[in-house]
Amino acid sequence: MNWIQIQTPLDDETVNTLRTGDAALFSGVLYAARDKAHERMRRMIENGEALPFDPRGQVIYFMGPSPAPPGRVIGSAGPTTSYRMDPFAGTMCGAGVKGFIGKGKRSAEARGAMMKCGAVYFSTFGGAGAYLSRRIVSSSEIAFDDLGPEAIYRLEVAGFPAIVINDIFGGDLYEDALSKRG
Amino acid sequence: MAHRRPVSVELIGRTVADLVDRASFEMPAGVEDLYAAMRDRENSGTARYALGVLVDNAAIARADRLPLCQDCGVTIVFFDIGQDVSLEGDYLPDAVNRGVRDAYERLYLRKSVVGDPLVRKNTETNTPCFLHTEIVPGDRVGITVYLKGGGSENMSFLKMFRPTASVEEIIDHIASCVIEAGPNPCPPLFLGVGIGGTADVALVNAKRAVLRGVGSRHADPAYADIERRILERLNATGVGPLGFGGASTAAAVYIKEAPTHIATLPVALNLNCHSLRYAEAVL
Repeated sequence: MNWIQIQTPLDDETVNTLRTGDAALFSGVLYAARDKAHERMRRMIENGEALPFDPRGQVIYFMGPSPAPPGRVIGSAGPTTSYRMDPFAGTMCGAGVKGFIGKGKRSAEARGAMMKCGAVYFSTFGGAGAYLSRRIVSSSEIAFDDLGPEAIYRLEVAGFPAIVINDIFGGDLYEDALSKRG
Repeated sequence: MAHRRPVSVELIGRTVADLVDRASFEMPAGVEDLYAAMRDRENSGTARYALGVLVDNAAIARADRLPLCQDCGVTIVFFDIGQDVSLEGDYLPDAVNRGVRDAYERLYLRKSVVGDPLVRKNTETNTPCFLHTEIVPGDRVGITVYLKGGGSENMSFLKMFRPTASVEEIIDHIASCVIEAGPNPCPPLFLGVGIGGTADVALVNAKRAVLRGVGSRHADPAYADIERRILERLNATGVGPLGFGGASTAAAVYIKEAPTHIATLPVALNLNCHSLRYAEAVL
């Protein structure tokens, strides 16, 4: 595997170089948010309120961790299935988000919104929550703590792995996989 | 009247908690070796890497006592209760729910159950769990705890076939479902197939099927052959581990069949992700 080192926040220059199938190692900050948090963030954006973090150039990780055992930064922390966040892709991209990390297919609408705004969709290793936990250096809940595992977390990561599924040029690794069947 | 063997309901609840513990941190024997063998068969670098991650993940979960997956699942409990057993103590589901609540709290497992499907407020206990009970001969209580995550459960399928449908049509259907699910249920899959019964029976049988035992073959050679054909077909779809492409779309296929009506042929699919989490005990 030929890994590309990526520092967050993402800039357009980096986004332009990424292609479907590329393997990336993230360092810097990711924001973890899933279903309910997205619903609330969309409402905040629609009402003209500021989000709990500046979304410009950021990468959102679709993830709800298991609780951190004593002495640990976070519990298991693998990706959740991304299509449930498809209805929010347009709004989040419009707010300046440049990347999403999850697992599984995105809708045509979500892919279109990401291409239009120059945002990349990555998948990390679904179900490998214990493995991925070791790539997270720090974790803090920054909003919506009433949602429990669905709160927004600020994660500092080092060498966090993910594969480019949808680049900004219309590539789709999952479709490529099926075309090679047989 | 036959002798009734007393079994403590409290003990059943504590056993369920122990089984949640075992299933959360360790997959059944043989699974990791299976992934290592599948890795050696893959040509794509990404597929090989992904399978290696799954093996590493299992080792880290066991060593660090971190859950295999952050989605610690809903707790599904299959009981085989001997008809010569006398359940002593509290109401059984209450004791089981106490055991589950205790385990999820004590073991730092994620609580993913909402009490009402539309209001969607987290119960903060991962209860209620879901119980399936069968009455069997004898004086033992068989308990299987099965943890199922939401991502793979969302990729469940039920199709009511015409009773004259061929095995080929059923295999075609299963392959198209697995392609449709693609990366979402975290392949390589342990695929449970419920054939026959009524719609609800087929779905429960599909769930039970994946608990038959890693490496086991169906007792009926005809069904064993269908399982083998489905597995080969799925591994030719190209989906691959985590959908990244390759030959490791499924690790195993298990069928559980049941008698059915002359007019019906239900086929239900339970797609279990690569993280096969169940544990069993007999009291």
